[in-house]
Amino acid sequence: MAKKIKIIVAKPGLDGHDRGAKLLARIFAEEGMEVVYTGLRQTPEMIVAAAEQEDADVVGLSSLSGVHNYFFPRVVELLKDKGLNDVLVVGGGIIPVEDYDFLQKSGVKAIFGPGTPTMEIVNFIKSNARAR
Amino acid sequence: MFDEKVLEKIKAGKEKWDQGPVAKTLAKAPEQKPVFTTISGTPVERIYTPLDIAGLDYERDLGFPGQFPYTRGVQPTMYRGRYWTMRQYAGFGSAKDTNARYRYLLQQGQTGLSVAFQLPTQAGYDSDHPLSMGEVGKVGVAVDSIEDMKVLFDGIPLDKVTTSMTINAPATVLLGMYLALAEEQGVPWDKVGGTVQNDVLKEIICRGQYIYPPKPTMRLTVDLIEFCQKHVPRWNTISISGYHIRESGSTAAQEMAFTIADGIAYTQACVERGMDVDSFAPRLSFFFNAFTNVLEEVAKFRAGRRYWAKVMRDRFKAKDPRSMMLRYHVQTGGVTLTAQQPLNNIVRVALQTYATALGGAQSLHTNSYDEALCLPTQEAVTVALRTQQIVAEESGATDTIDPLAGCYYVEKMTDQIEQDIDDYIKKIDAMGGTLAAIEQGFIQKEIQNSAYRFQKEIESGERIYVGINKYTMEEPPPTNLLKVDMSVGDVEAAKLKKLRAERDQAKWKAALDNLRKVSQTDENVMPAVIEAVKAKATVGEICDVWRDIYGQYRPKEFV
Repeated sequence: MAKKIKIIVAKPGLDGHDRGAKLLARIFAEEGMEVVYTGLRQTPEMIVAAAEQEDADVVGLSSLSGVHNYFFPRVVELLKDKGLNDVLVVGGGIIPVEDYDFLQKSGVKAIFGPGTPTMEIVNFIKSNARAR
Repeated sequence: MFDEKVLEKIKAGKEKWDQGPVAKTLAKAPEQKPVFTTISGTPVERIYTPLDIAGLDYERDLGFPGQFPYTRGVQPTMYRGRYWTMRQYAGFGSAKDTNARYRYLLQQGQTGLSVAFQLPTQAGYDSDHPLSMGEVGKVGVAVDSIEDMKVLFDGIPLDKVTTSMTINAPATVLLGMYLALAEEQGVPWDKVGGTVQNDVLKEIICRGQYIYPPKPTMRLTVDLIEFCQKHVPRWNTISISGYHIRESGSTAAQEMAFTIADGIAYTQACVERGMDVDSFAPRLSFFFNAFTNVLEEVAKFRAGRRYWAKVMRDRFKAKDPRSMMLRYHVQTGGVTLTAQQPLNNIVRVALQTYATALGGAQSLHTNSYDEALCLPTQEAVTVALRTQQIVAEESGATDTIDPLAGCYYVEKMTDQIEQDIDDYIKKIDAMGGTLAAIEQGFIQKEIQNSAYRFQKEIESGERIYVGINKYTMEEPPPTNLLKVDMSVGDVEAAKLKKLRAERDQAKWKAALDNLRKVSQTDENVMPAVIEAVKAKATVGEICDVWRDIYGQYRPKEFV
């Protein structure tokens, strides 16, 4: 039997909007993933430390306060510094489409905007998370 | 309200109608779905008749506007006397940027100000703190010291406008700055009007801008209430908020129930401080959401007014009628906005505004159609304000008070929501009160379960959301989005550096030392806070004093 995908769901920065992050955490768990929800006010360092400690396959970042261009690439960078190159990083929240390109070039593999069906996110993660 | 004989006739008539025309029509064509529900998931019947409100007693349950139990409104003339205050929540970038937006809004006929602070300010950090990286000026204005406050209100006389400030854990600090500024402008405190949100419990429940653990943060909340009751009589000392509870996924009834539960906790805390209930309760205010299901929202507002009046009279033995009035601000539902086909949001906001007007609110913020994409542009803000003006001036909703009273459906739903509120309050009381219910995660879990149910309904197609799961279309990416200049962070950091270098160090140190001393006693902190902000202590420095003494709150997560 394949090992469960392990995902860190994280809220970087001071943003308190966690409805989406918590909802997805629940849905990922229902879909057979092992989920660690970090809670609010995470620095990139804290998120990457959690990913390392939990041996996570995926890091899901949620931001609705406009700080994605700062935080998301920083998480990818720190993961690389730790040699965690095969950890899949995805993000979601209120993120203008014009920022998608920059974020994807920085190593965030997918951005999911408001109104995305949750199964679309689940399927993306299942097909793109590293094999275990 | 109805004669027994009349009711019997109606009952017989309804049975005949059910078995006759309804059955015949259903045999030919079923209804569109087996069960109809409101957006909160409450089942809705095919029709409502006097049978559904047979127990309604006009004098006891509705009464007249401005009279107990205030179901029909808190003032005798409502919008015939004056419209609700049109108050757009605004703030971004530096104090100077936001001051320009305020002047624009006042020029366009807005009647009150509402300050959106950046997240670092709300979390009690200065703009140059490591946790503020990337956040400065983003979702609100950067205010670190009284110098920023001066720029924010430049050219705006504080006795001519009322100002609402969305600030919670650090509310004492920002109010302190506002009062110090009023002094500088020569405006006496008893002429200053406005509101601070100051509702720390809902930060812990769902909004996330907490700093201190529940008990000490409640102490600061009560200090502010007590100080204003003595020195700033026109200030609304708290805005007990259901808005964010609803945004986080609750139903309409849960929004009202948990907000009232918080209201009970604050009232209890003030009473325990030794304050007479009628000395502070008239200045307690509330803040609610408005979704697109107009009739359910109207019922929610009416039920909330009736229930709060009873809580204050029966539980807290208030005597002053003003203590029993649920006065509230509304913001239209942020979470109801779609990033898809954003112009559709104008229609949603219009319906929500209509619901707010029919529901009898005291003030309103209408969201802009582009807010699922970014902070609103000036064009979008103008449409949002005009929406309020159209509903107020053209729709007729303001001509008569509580026009939906007596509507069988609305009265029935008002009763139902009031019953739901009462069930929750009893449950929370049995748990040991609101703080205990929060501590156990009860309120948080109830909200999350509702959010989950709603999401599942959308994804199964059981509930339609235009542009999301029906009537979707390909669109080009949106243009003309408002961008906050990333350099605001550097500018603010430089300003702080200068402030710290140039202020009177001895005066600054003495003020913070005094604040520390006072905060370790039972003495009210407000006078010491005001002295500290005058000595140019920053938001972060003041909040750090309390972090040292009270510690920081770390929530348990209930996923």
